[in-house]
Amino acid sequence: MCLAIPGQVKQIFEANGTRMGTVNFGGIEKDVCLAYLPDIVVGDYTIVHVGFAITKVDEASAKATLAMFRDLGLLEEELGETGNEVPN
Amino acid sequence: MKYLTEFGDGETAQKLARQIRQVTTRPWALMEVCGGQTHSIIRNGIDQLLPPEIELIHGPGCPVCVTPLGLIDQALEIAAQPGVIFCSFGDMLRVPGSSKDLFRVKSEGADVRVIYSPLDALQIARDSPDREVVFFGIGFETTAPANAMAVKVASQQGLKNFSMLVSHVLVPPAIEAIMTSPGNRVQAFLAAGHVCSVMGYWQYPPLAERHHVPIVITGFEPLDVLDGIRRTVMQLEAGVAEVENAYARAVNYEGNRIAQDLLNDLFEVSDRAWRGIGVIPKSGWSLRPEYRDFDAAYRFEVSGIQTEESSLCHSGEVLQGRMKPTACPAFGKECTPRKPLGATMVSSEGACAAYYNYGRFHQISSTSVS
Repeated sequence: MCLAIPGQVKQIFEANGTRMGTVNFGGIEKDVCLAYLPDIVVGDYTIVHVGFAITKVDEASAKATLAMFRDLGLLEEELGETGNEVPN
Repeated sequence: MKYLTEFGDGETAQKLARQIRQVTTRPWALMEVCGGQTHSIIRNGIDQLLPPEIELIHGPGCPVCVTPLGLIDQALEIAAQPGVIFCSFGDMLRVPGSSKDLFRVKSEGADVRVIYSPLDALQIARDSPDREVVFFGIGFETTAPANAMAVKVASQQGLKNFSMLVSHVLVPPAIEAIMTSPGNRVQAFLAAGHVCSVMGYWQYPPLAERHHVPIVITGFEPLDVLDGIRRTVMQLEAGVAEVENAYARAVNYEGNRIAQDLLNDLFEVSDRAWRGIGVIPKSGWSLRPEYRDFDAAYRFEVSGIQTEESSLCHSGEVLQGRMKPTACPAFGKECTPRKPLGATMVSSEGACAAYYNYGRFHQISSTSVS
């Protein structure tokens, strides 16, 4: 139920007085409600749940997390498995 | 797909798992609150990557599973009334009521429709002005903004033939109830990422402090879940109990304030019964009296419902993390996703359905034959 998936905003429009947008999910496009994200613009990524965009994907945070994963355990790998635990 | 593939990388998963193994020195019991996380864990075999000391207890965060039986029976009664179009998320159709489910009511002639979004129910109401359109508004904080918006728009546009049967539940009171229940074994929580996308995580520091329990906001992709576990275990091993955000790309401290304002406008906090668990004080949202015209529980007089749970079903214990699905005597025998005894075997977030659908059933059937 709380499954929500990321997609990219392709177009923004109004329908029945509500801010809506077309969002592309890896090739599949769907119209979703953007009323909760007044600042989102075309090109942004958002997370959509039951037809509503609930949050903007913060690309800087996503990149920082992936970079942290890359660095994680780097020292430990250099020192070998017997090295001390690496705090981060 | 962007932000799905990167957070599912197998090599990084192994690296995270290795670090979890390195920091773990003794047994810890963690609860993942959300059923979406349970499915990610079982589908991706994340539990099998962990050291044996780490136990994942599957939490009650499946709205389909905890919607109380009385309300399911009420939904079935309303759906069966002439002139009603009953709209629901697909997951709810097979959830057993006391004697039948929505599929059965549909096969008996009721107009039951599966919708993707609450806005679809509004459109059906616009298109069918001579019918009563009722939407089964279930969900945690993640789904509440969508359901609230449907009522708000119906109110603004004077859609008088639309109403919602509300069953909204909240995560923080559930964490409180788990931590104060006798015999609790949970030592840390992976909090539900998308709930926090909406609500932020400002509600959690008092809980972490009061119960000295680490709470780590966690996402749903394999690397998200592993990182949530890694951070939780590091806190436990260090003896600290803080709120930490391991899902920063989708969650910030404040949450979505516009959504929270609309939720406050439409809903008030109320006591709510959770199926298999019982009443948890102040654990749900009900429509405020000003929106009572849109509340299907008031619009449709349904009374005299006598509920009856299956005596074979242990979903309450599963929901509270007291029993693994495979330990239930009915699992895979009397109870399967095709013929479920309880909601945990139905929902795409139910723990029993996760174990069954991702092959754990076969493990148990090959080991439990005596």
